[in-house]
Amino acid sequence: MKFVYQYLKAYKIESILAPLFKMLEAIFELFVPLVVAAIIDVGITTNDTDYILRRCGLLLLLAAIGLAVAITAQFFAAKAAICSASKMREDLFFHIQDMSHGAMDELGSATLVTRITNDINQVQNGINMFLRLFLRSPFIVFGAMIMAFTVDAKVALIFLAVIPLLGLIVYRVMKSTLPMFRKIQQTLDTVLRIVSENLEGIRVIRAFGNEEVQEDAFVKKTGELYSRQIGAGKIQAFLNPATYIIVNLAVVFILWFSGLRVEKGVLSTGEVVALVNYMSQILVELIKLANLIVLLTRAYSSVTRIQEVMEHPADERGHEGVASKALGEEVLGLSEVDFSYPNTVEHVLHDISFQLKSGETLGVIGGTGSGKSSLVHAICHDYDVARGMVRLVGEDVRGISDEQIAKVVGVVPQHAELFAGSIAENLRVGNPTATDDELWEALDTACAREVVEGKDGKLQAGVVKGGRNFSGGQRQRLTIARALVKRPWILILDDSASALDLATEAKLRQNIKSLSWKPATIIISQRASSVREADQILVLENGEVAGLGTHEELMRSCEVYQEIYYSQFPREEVGA
Amino acid sequence: MRQKTLKRIGSILLPYLPYILLTLLCAVGTVFLTLEIPILTGRAIDCIGGFHQVDFDGLVAVLRTMTAVILLTALFQWLMNRINNYITYSVTMELRRAAFAKLQRLPVSHVDTHSHGDYVSRIVTDADSFSDGLLLGFSQLFTGVLTILGTIGFMVRLQPRISLVVILLTPISFLVAKFISSRTYRMFKQQAMDRGDLTEFASERIEQQKLVHTFSYTDATKAEFQRRNEALRKSALNATFYSSLTNPSTRFVNALIYGVVCFFGAGTVLAGNLTVGELSSFLGYASQYSKPFNEITGVITEMQNAIACASRLFELIDAEPEEDHGDYELPQDMRGQISFRDVAFSYNKEQPLLRDLNLSVQPGQKVAIVGPTGAGKTTMINLLMRFYDVDQGGIYIDGVDIRQMSRASLRQKFGMVLQETWLQEGTILENLRLAKPDATVEEVVEACKASHAHSFIKRLPNGYDTRLGMDGGSLSQGQKQLLCIARVMLNLPPMLILDEATSSIDTRTEMKIQEAFGRMMEGRTTFVVAHRLSTIINSDIILYMEHGQVLEQGSHKALLEKNGKYAALYYSQFKI
Repeated sequence: MKFVYQYLKAYKIESILAPLFKMLEAIFELFVPLVVAAIIDVGITTNDTDYILRRCGLLLLLAAIGLAVAITAQFFAAKAAICSASKMREDLFFHIQDMSHGAMDELGSATLVTRITNDINQVQNGINMFLRLFLRSPFIVFGAMIMAFTVDAKVALIFLAVIPLLGLIVYRVMKSTLPMFRKIQQTLDTVLRIVSENLEGIRVIRAFGNEEVQEDAFVKKTGELYSRQIGAGKIQAFLNPATYIIVNLAVVFILWFSGLRVEKGVLSTGEVVALVNYMSQILVELIKLANLIVLLTRAYSSVTRIQEVMEHPADERGHEGVASKALGEEVLGLSEVDFSYPNTVEHVLHDISFQLKSGETLGVIGGTGSGKSSLVHAICHDYDVARGMVRLVGEDVRGISDEQIAKVVGVVPQHAELFAGSIAENLRVGNPTATDDELWEALDTACAREVVEGKDGKLQAGVVKGGRNFSGGQRQRLTIARALVKRPWILILDDSASALDLATEAKLRQNIKSLSWKPATIIISQRASSVREADQILVLENGEVAGLGTHEELMRSCEVYQEIYYSQFPREEVGA
Repeated sequence: MRQKTLKRIGSILLPYLPYILLTLLCAVGTVFLTLEIPILTGRAIDCIGGFHQVDFDGLVAVLRTMTAVILLTALFQWLMNRINNYITYSVTMELRRAAFAKLQRLPVSHVDTHSHGDYVSRIVTDADSFSDGLLLGFSQLFTGVLTILGTIGFMVRLQPRISLVVILLTPISFLVAKFISSRTYRMFKQQAMDRGDLTEFASERIEQQKLVHTFSYTDATKAEFQRRNEALRKSALNATFYSSLTNPSTRFVNALIYGVVCFFGAGTVLAGNLTVGELSSFLGYASQYSKPFNEITGVITEMQNAIACASRLFELIDAEPEEDHGDYELPQDMRGQISFRDVAFSYNKEQPLLRDLNLSVQPGQKVAIVGPTGAGKTTMINLLMRFYDVDQGGIYIDGVDIRQMSRASLRQKFGMVLQETWLQEGTILENLRLAKPDATVEEVVEACKASHAHSFIKRLPNGYDTRLGMDGGSLSQGQKQLLCIARVMLNLPPMLILDEATSSIDTRTEMKIQEAFGRMMEGRTTFVVAHRLSTIINSDIILYMEHGQVLEQGSHKALLEKNGKYAALYYSQFKI
């Protein structure tokens, strides 16, 4: 709750005024039964039409003031709720954007998206309703009781008995149904999951003739959902009749005791009407309050979820570099690097060392899960190394800011993803000031000129989310161009030419080799043909170096490399 | 269309008719008894005439009736709640099950051409909105209308002239609400647009957060978010504030009516045509009279929405299922001779794909299909499994047209491993048993050893009982493929289909699996689609396809000698 409070603080005035005006509105409403009582007791008894007219005018006046006050309250509530939720949304998004890879892995992007959309909306709604109703409802309930006491303290004792009883019932029903509704939601999520799983796996299910098994599972889950819903409904069905009985029986008691009091002459008829009216007001507010509590519990769990993300440390990495010296013309150097992902013990890379000079190419090859992509993470300081050091241009990466690393290292990731927008916007992501000529130059190097020229609008052509309006191969070439536009000193292609045919890939390697600014290049691939020409080839096997050398050297000395090579170039064909 | 939907709704609800009648009866009871309360209260007040004028006998009688009415009302309410819950949840469950059962019987083409999210929302959301909206909506509408009519009736019975005032004035609150909602419609639309804008952007940049980091694109991303967030803040503030005027405004109109009734009522009391108690009954009605009006407006849109949901749901439930036109069963000792005769097929009429396809495969032969993306390789498999049926010509197994067999019995004869691995949430064991529900653990382990999946499963925290998340959860793509291979190995049918079955497995592991595949394929007619040609050179027939045409057909050796497209593709793997 402190979390929400800190956002509302910026709208302190609005947050205080909104409930305050709501309270004023409630006060004006509480006056109404008194006025009516006066009309009956004074106006009608004394036959004073003028008095009645004036009192009815007062009712209208109260209504008008109530309207003005309520509108003011609504304005302040809306402003406080929306502005603070808006700020919360912004802070949350900024926090997410500042997260390191490790933090993102832990939280997962799917849940983060729901937090920023759904959860924030819930909170906004919750704050709004809270400011509007949370003071008003109790105020009416207790206000009605106090007013009843001013009318007749003895009869008002009924109020004193009824209110806690009602509170207790609402509380008990809520308390027992809320966890049930949470369970229902979970079961519904499972039902949803089963449906989408079955859609994804339609071919497999039909191939295995598994339809009936799936149907049984679905019937079972929906049956479970049904009995949970009925179970919660059983308790809920109780709430309305119970409150109805209590409030109306209270009216019966009020009437009975009022009868006694009127007989004694302590109470007038008008006052009896007022007391009855106060009891009805309580019933109306109570229903609103119950709805509000449901809304608030929902908002509260959203707050907890948002808070969880906000309090999650954005960056677990170290940012203190160890002093070191560049060795020779080294651009990138790894010495004795062990690497593991946060919260895991097992090293996915073990004792990796190599050096790369500008203009040189390093090929990295290995099977699935050999640690090829982890190497990229180590170089870019996406995660901390567990041991050893990664040097960029002679400096420990831990001492270099992320912005600086992004400037120096150009990564083409395995999954070719583009942002929604235009081609030009995507290409300029790493270098906002690049000219159109520079873009075309990069496109040429990436063999992507025809991709852009084939689109209406060329560089300004639209890109839909994820770049789905381009084929896999086109996307890969565009992402390579994107990395080239920022002219990095180190270019890393992480299995990023897999969708290109071999001729295009060869051309691409040639183009990169002849780049004027001579970047050091790392080519990660499963294809032996992609790394064969590299100055050095690093062979990874289960995170360890199985070999480091040129193709010829490795063919002589490295068994793993030979196996990989021959699995792709069968022995008898190599000579052909 | 609408007529049809309504008819359909009727047929669904028919079995619940007794319950529906009962709940309507309860509604009638609740409404009239509830309306009785203000009258009885009024009478009680009239019994409490004043000092020494209390008619205790009358009061006791009235209060006794009132208590009975209260208890009876609560009973009706409770019954109504329970019955409504029962109908709603049962109908939802039934519809969901019917829709899901249909899903299992829809042609694959139906699922391929519709978005999966659409099915999910029909089965999950639409089913809910339908039963919620329609049944609860209906019962609310029914009670609402009844309450209005009942109130008018009761009021007219008390005093026709004042009733006229109430009846004439109440529509004002209705009009005010309508006025506000028509004015705020545009604001809500704007808000929805801005929200969509923001959500799209946020989800893209959160899903691609690592990419944003790689290019140090964080500041630009934040700035753009801020811009969209600000737009949303403005439109949300407008929409929220202006729409929140409805309640205070209608409350104000209500208060006006209350004042006017009070004035006329008091006047009528003075004229002797109304008692004080009756005046209090009137005021009770006046304060509640507009409530059902407000509810009904909401309910009507909700019901329209419910009918729309129903029609979408029925569209799915009534969709044409796949039908079998023959029940020929391939014998247990089938040979596996497969021939395509003059097969033509296309997914849509504008783009013909396969034409004049002829192919004859002898029992036990291994057929490899190669060629560029979009050549029609996977289509061949779609046709073999009868996920789609040919447009012309026919496919024959052991001389029998596959359309003369039931799909289930045909598919049973094929083992299939696809590139898209599909695993369900559940344990590894459960997933593997999909192929053979009664397989023993030993059998499963045996199959996993054969497919080289055993070694990684063994290392998982709970071995074969490790729970997988949706779509295999944290397993790598390669590991998922190994599981899918093991799944087929568990229950080997007479014919096999391997569509890029090892595409995500590194070449060394692939070589090892090939041995297992070799054993598996022994004596089984097999179709293989593969990118890596090294895995298919031993095939009996290789089909080279392009644009739906088989351009070359023959053994590896024969095709190399032919020196055509296949040879070019093959040698390109070795060119650097």
